[in-house]
Amino acid sequence: MSGEVEASTVEQQEMQDTVVSPEKTEEAKLKARYPHLGAKPGGSDLLRKRLQKGQKYFDSGDYNMAKAKMKNKQLPAAAAEKTEITGDHIPTPQDLPQRKQSLVASKLAV
Amino acid sequence: MMAGVGGGNDFQWCFSQVKGAIDEDVAEADIISTVEFNYSGELLATGDKGGRVVIFQREQESKNRLLSRGEYNVYSTFQSHEPEFDYLKSLEIEEKINKIRWLPQQNAAHFLLSANDKTIKLWKISERDKRAEGYNLKDEDGRLRDQFRITTLRVPVLMPMDLMVEASPRRIFANAHTYHINSISVNSDYETYLSADDLRINLWHLEITDRSFNIVDIKPANMEELTEVITAAECHPHQCNVFVYSSSKGTIRLCDMRAAALCDRHSKFFEEPEDPSSRSFFSEIISSISDVKFSHSGRYMMTRDYLSVKVWDLNMENRPVETYQVHEYLRSKLCSLYENDCIFDKFECCWNGSDSAIMTGSYNNFFRMFDRNTRRDITLEASRENSKPRAMLKPRKVCTGGKRKKDEISVDSLDFNKKILHTAWHPKENVIAVAATNNLYIFQDKIN
Repeated sequence: MSGEVEASTVEQQEMQDTVVSPEKTEEAKLKARYPHLGAKPGGSDLLRKRLQKGQKYFDSGDYNMAKAKMKNKQLPAAAAEKTEITGDHIPTPQDLPQRKQSLVASKLAV
Repeated sequence: MMAGVGGGNDFQWCFSQVKGAIDEDVAEADIISTVEFNYSGELLATGDKGGRVVIFQREQESKNRLLSRGEYNVYSTFQSHEPEFDYLKSLEIEEKINKIRWLPQQNAAHFLLSANDKTIKLWKISERDKRAEGYNLKDEDGRLRDQFRITTLRVPVLMPMDLMVEASPRRIFANAHTYHINSISVNSDYETYLSADDLRINLWHLEITDRSFNIVDIKPANMEELTEVITAAECHPHQCNVFVYSSSKGTIRLCDMRAAALCDRHSKFFEEPEDPSSRSFFSEIISSISDVKFSHSGRYMMTRDYLSVKVWDLNMENRPVETYQVHEYLRSKLCSLYENDCIFDKFECCWNGSDSAIMTGSYNNFFRMFDRNTRRDITLEASRENSKPRAMLKPRKVCTGGKRKKDEISVDSLDFNKKILHTAWHPKENVIAVAATNNLYIFQDKIN
């Protein structure tokens, strides 16, 4: 009689293990897909990847070329020029053409 | 029913406004990265990935519009940060605004701090509604008058003009962070503020830009030994010597700046004990705290990890006093959430003005509110489908398995690209701002 009771509690425990821990099921799924995944996920690899976020470029020339390509996609705003400014006239702040928008204004501010 | 008290289910949340474009393809630059009300709630600031700040101002309540509270309209917008290039590391420095924090208002102008990964800027936003006319030496359009033509002397007069709101950078706090800034927090002394990156926390004086004090440094001598990073930091709302910082391991450290110049040793250490048998590959990742916020009272603090929000009593370090499940149904989806990187999403959380309710975001443009007194919670959606003026928001429900009821949505149908990471609650009223990718939603409670 007592043997049967023991067997059923062991079964219950096993059932609990699979039912109560969806995380472990998910972990098994992940390990099945990526068998070489390290045992310590929170270790330095993950953290170092986090510390070094941001796109790496070969050098500043590479960066500026990439930026220039991006800018060509956006429409530059044409600025009205006041032609009387150059020459024998000393310009005042109001005379100078408005600074060109280097980047487009936010759509939230419409 | 008292106005401004309670939250969650005591009030009916209604749509008020939505800002932003209805774009099929959302430009990266338009993604909102931070939302913050100022101390009075009159101003609402947003920052985006394109480095721009937009400030909305609440219009004055007019007598004949009793049915709705004042709406928020654009007050000022400016380019806060621009992309830069770190020549030493050949890395791009994003212009994305990570955090905006307002300073308490001390005169007619408004001040805010905005931070990208490396630089913090103090912006002054001021109004100009008068201009001087009748100068002697120059014309109205600014050109110098011919001196020989000036025969009389006149006194310039101040004339009213259309309101102009100007934003100017007053201080630039640069070159103090090797790693990426995740938090800034203004101290209650209104003189200093802290900025935190992955490994260090610095204390600044608002007037001084060429110096800052390093108060926390968790960088190990050997980077191979790195086990955790700083994820968020905040100053205590009343005690100017106290601040907290959270880690990627799910712990919070409270530090007292009176104890030592370098606060590497904490005064209090908050950690919930973990059941070792339930530990899995994902445990540490989902325990990483993405946000920490003190209650307005200063007695409690709230932390957000991937699946839950926890409220901690500052007097009890060994476990939180309250835990709220945000989207527990995701626990059985962790494998795919790890593969699509969603498991690393950093959700923020916020308190209402009276600390009786808390709010945080989720996926599918859902956001959740928890009433701490009644223990009731509600799930709402920020969607243009429910955007008629003063339309009441219908509670949403996620079906976790079995038979899906009508109006429920199944876990597999959730859109994980529609994340609500940033929300803000008006400091005094039940008005909330919810950032849904490139749109800003404003909801208010229904006025009876």
